[in-house]
Amino acid sequence: MKKTMYEKIWEAHLVRASADEVPILYIDTHLVHEVTSPQAFEGLRLNNRKVRRPDLTFATMDHNVPTTDRSLPITDLIAAKQMETLAQNCAEFDIPLYDIDSPEQGIVHVIGPELGITQPGTTIVCGDSHTSTHGALGALAFGIGTSEIEHVLATQCLLQQKSETFEIRIDGTLPYGVTAKDIILSIIGHIGIDGGNGAVVEYTGSAIRALSIEERMTVCNMSIEAGARAGMIAPDDATYEYIAGRRFAPKGEDFDAAVERWKELPTDDGATYDRTLQLDAADIAPQVTWGTNPGMVTDVTSRVPDPADMATTDEKRATEHALEYMDLQPGTPITDIPVDRVFIGSCTNSRISDLRAAAEVANGRKVAENVSAMVVPGSQAVKRQAEAEGLDEIFRAAGFEWREAGCSMCLGMNPDTLMPGQRCASTSNRNFEGRQGKGGRTHLVSPQMAAATAVTGHFVDIRKFQ
Amino acid sequence: MEAFKEHVGLVVPLDRINVDTDQIIPKQFLKRIERTGFGEFLFNDWRYLENGDPNPEFVLNHPRYSGVSILIAGVNFGCGSSREHAPWALQQYGFKAILAPSFADIFRNNCYKNGILPIALPADVITSLSQAAHDTEGYQLMIDLEAQSVICSDGTAHTFEIGDFEKYCLLNGLDEIGWTLQYEADIAAYENR
Repeated sequence: MKKTMYEKIWEAHLVRASADEVPILYIDTHLVHEVTSPQAFEGLRLNNRKVRRPDLTFATMDHNVPTTDRSLPITDLIAAKQMETLAQNCAEFDIPLYDIDSPEQGIVHVIGPELGITQPGTTIVCGDSHTSTHGALGALAFGIGTSEIEHVLATQCLLQQKSETFEIRIDGTLPYGVTAKDIILSIIGHIGIDGGNGAVVEYTGSAIRALSIEERMTVCNMSIEAGARAGMIAPDDATYEYIAGRRFAPKGEDFDAAVERWKELPTDDGATYDRTLQLDAADIAPQVTWGTNPGMVTDVTSRVPDPADMATTDEKRATEHALEYMDLQPGTPITDIPVDRVFIGSCTNSRISDLRAAAEVANGRKVAENVSAMVVPGSQAVKRQAEAEGLDEIFRAAGFEWREAGCSMCLGMNPDTLMPGQRCASTSNRNFEGRQGKGGRTHLVSPQMAAATAVTGHFVDIRKFQ
Repeated sequence: MEAFKEHVGLVVPLDRINVDTDQIIPKQFLKRIERTGFGEFLFNDWRYLENGDPNPEFVLNHPRYSGVSILIAGVNFGCGSSREHAPWALQQYGFKAILAPSFADIFRNNCYKNGILPIALPADVITSLSQAAHDTEGYQLMIDLEAQSVICSDGTAHTFEIGDFEKYCLLNGLDEIGWTLQYEADIAAYENR
């Protein structure tokens, strides 16, 4: 029988699957961070259970960490307590931890691939919805809740129902100035933020194939913003090249053998998906969100929509709410919207290629007056690499702040937040109300667009940016 | 986990679609290391004004909805972040069930683990139940999980779908980890193959 990649990985990980029971799925890699895990470890202790496979579990601190000078004490005592709790739990249960002082510390979805932990054909979970990122290397990776974290810690398994399969095929060549971020925002705009509910998305087509591994991560990362359980892209030579030599990657003959196995993963010719969508890369323009969820998105050349044009009462009301929150008038050209802040970072767009793209735009220019802009590398390794290339100097010279690695203002759990009423061009993944700070207004864009917006003080079409 | 069999409760309509978990429990409350203490922060940014006073416009602050245990909302309830703090906050506020045309996947899973029943019903049914909750002070519904039915006071019943396993877990308040561990031999065999 012809199978999709998802079905192959699913079947290879079934510990138990009898017709009248919920399947038990084996988890190869469990990533852990400080915010969603403390209650799971506490649950283990209360029930006198141990971690079944600490060797398959990796922890880091990312959500809460300050991005300012790491030699200073952490001023948020509750956040510090949460980090300390993770350190204690990792010590107690013998789990490797890349803590705030580790040279490998970073956003969990940046360091997984970076360290070679993320590998094709594996099952990966983490108590974070952006775990879908790891699907870029041909893994089945998805976010789970704290009860499920406890379940995986105790059993290395999950009780899981099989998802539907959804092929999103993008052929053609991306126009100049259009990025992986614009691909995924455009997809979410097409199918809506619940368009992927119940499904695992596989991205296919020549435009996807042409993306670098880091760009594929950006696409898979935001699968959850369309409601999908996971997003994945079949591994190819670019994938194997990316993995080779990384710390946890197989070495020598083992690597060659792994590549042979990985080559069996791609969806068979003639296999069918439950749903399909086709888009042409040539039709995609730089995207900017205007509302309070990632599906409220439009082309940079477009205007803020009018609630009166919405198809249903619910959508009309949601658009009215969104425009009121965002303080925007229907019909305003997107490029007329000024910003107060610019954030370049997050598990969506904080890898070295993202920083290079933003630095290219910032190089020799200045951040506009009245705009405050910051760059937060996804990991300490990304930060080191950027500094080796002099990107930090480019950003600093242009007036951007250059920070330590972490989730930072993507969700503003640490001190990096918007003030009420501030408007931000952000390379992150969610523009929900209050996401970056209570009363803050978020517009999602690509790193290039964010850098150009920082320079001009309002949104610009990167294709015309001089 | 507390078992869920039958429930009769007061209903509150939340006329919003795509309610994300950042709204259900904003991030500033995710720093706790305990599983408790989230109920008072449910819908914090909608529920309270800048000065900390209750926002009189927010539906949960209307006196007629004091003591609610059933929430009716629009499509795709619980989208976004995987934070289980969202169902914890709902449950600790007093909610036992949520009715909506659809739910986000991770949120729905998280509800089942905490004894909250997410019930998906057709959009027109949700609209009429929501309207009834608006129109009738003290509007209650009965939920019978065994029969997979939402029953109105006039006897009208709306059946809903739920997976056999999820239903079994809720009816029995099952410890899922204990359930999986009974197959430890299968897990070990998988690891050794």
